[in-house]
Amino acid sequence: MARTEQQSNDKFAGRWFWRYAAPAAFYPLAGKIEKIGWVLAVVLAAIGLYMGFFVAPTDATQGEVYRVIFIHVPAAWMTMVIYLAMAFWAGTGLVLGTRLSFMMSHALAPTGAIMAVVALWTGSLWGRPTWGTYWVWDARITSTLILFFLYVGYMALSAAFDDKKKGDRASALIALVGAINVPIIYFSVKWWTTLHQGSSVRPGSSSMATTMLWAMLIMTFAFWAYCVAAAMHRLRTQIIEREAGAAWLDGATK
Amino acid sequence: MTTKQKRLALILGGMGVLAAAVALVLTAFNQNLVFFFTPTQITSKEAPIGRVFRLGGMVETGSVKREGVNVSFRVTDTAQIVPVTYSGILPDLFKEGKGVVAQGTLGDDGVFRAKEVLAKHDENYMPPEAATAVERATKAREMASKTLKQ
Repeated sequence: MARTEQQSNDKFAGRWFWRYAAPAAFYPLAGKIEKIGWVLAVVLAAIGLYMGFFVAPTDATQGEVYRVIFIHVPAAWMTMVIYLAMAFWAGTGLVLGTRLSFMMSHALAPTGAIMAVVALWTGSLWGRPTWGTYWVWDARITSTLILFFLYVGYMALSAAFDDKKKGDRASALIALVGAINVPIIYFSVKWWTTLHQGSSVRPGSSSMATTMLWAMLIMTFAFWAYCVAAAMHRLRTQIIEREAGAAWLDGATK
Repeated sequence: MTTKQKRLALILGGMGVLAAAVALVLTAFNQNLVFFFTPTQITSKEAPIGRVFRLGGMVETGSVKREGVNVSFRVTDTAQIVPVTYSGILPDLFKEGKGVVAQGTLGDDGVFRAKEVLAKHDENYMPPEAATAVERATKAREMASKTLKQ
């Protein structure tokens, strides 16, 4: 084991990774990332919401109700991206046995669950006037609801163990197994007939008016910044909780 | 192989097996994951007769007839047509030439009796001026092709 770490340390990228894998080293860096994240989130959300509500034109068929996409679409994207990140860090934790990877995974879960709720809730409010119903059991909506349950299951399982290490490993398996659901959500509108419309934005093309698209993309960056900041904040709390009593912590939190 | 490589191989292998299993299950359940049947599927008797299912397609232009709360229209997927009857309030986005999903049963006479009608929105978002422009362009193209045929 020690020999492998030594070998990794010989490579430049490996050395960088291992240095910041130590909670003591990442704690101050996480603080900096968190601050930048909050500032970016506020500034981008202000620009994005202004563009979305005052610059972007009314939609030809839906009228004003379409403006929910400036919240709905970024939230739906984030809940999928965060789950993949969570699964990635859970897998990294299982393979390398790094404590910080598990903490990262735990720090992401609540934000991902919130994003799933926001996506489902705003979608439901949009569905009533547009489709004529708050809820249907089509593939896209059902698989997103399952993703929300996976987040909740992950958090519940990791909290159910008194031994944090056992909780880390057990919940990491849920995170990895559940990751299969993310491509299912993404491609559901393509593979099956659904009430939910197909993707308006695909790599390289979009079927939206330019200002609408820009407002939505700026809002997406705002959501990214918010999620990163929230995860970093939760990560720092986790580090303080788990490393309580460590000598470096007294100096870092003073 | 070191312990770490073994663990990585185990996780990646496990994920691979899991993905394959999920793919097989989804393929097997493909029919049940369908949210609605198209008129073509209904004419070729793929839809369950006598049971409640959903029909999806476009509302044929010029086919909507209203008598009080009773509405009748035809749903098309450009290949086949299924007539639908419904009594109740239609969603705001229900329009001729636009997408629709209706839930109900298919009668022996081939008429679909809907209990619920939902509007299906497409993935296009554009301002009204652009929509008018697109409409005008489509009409011009139709006119041109008609003229050319004559």
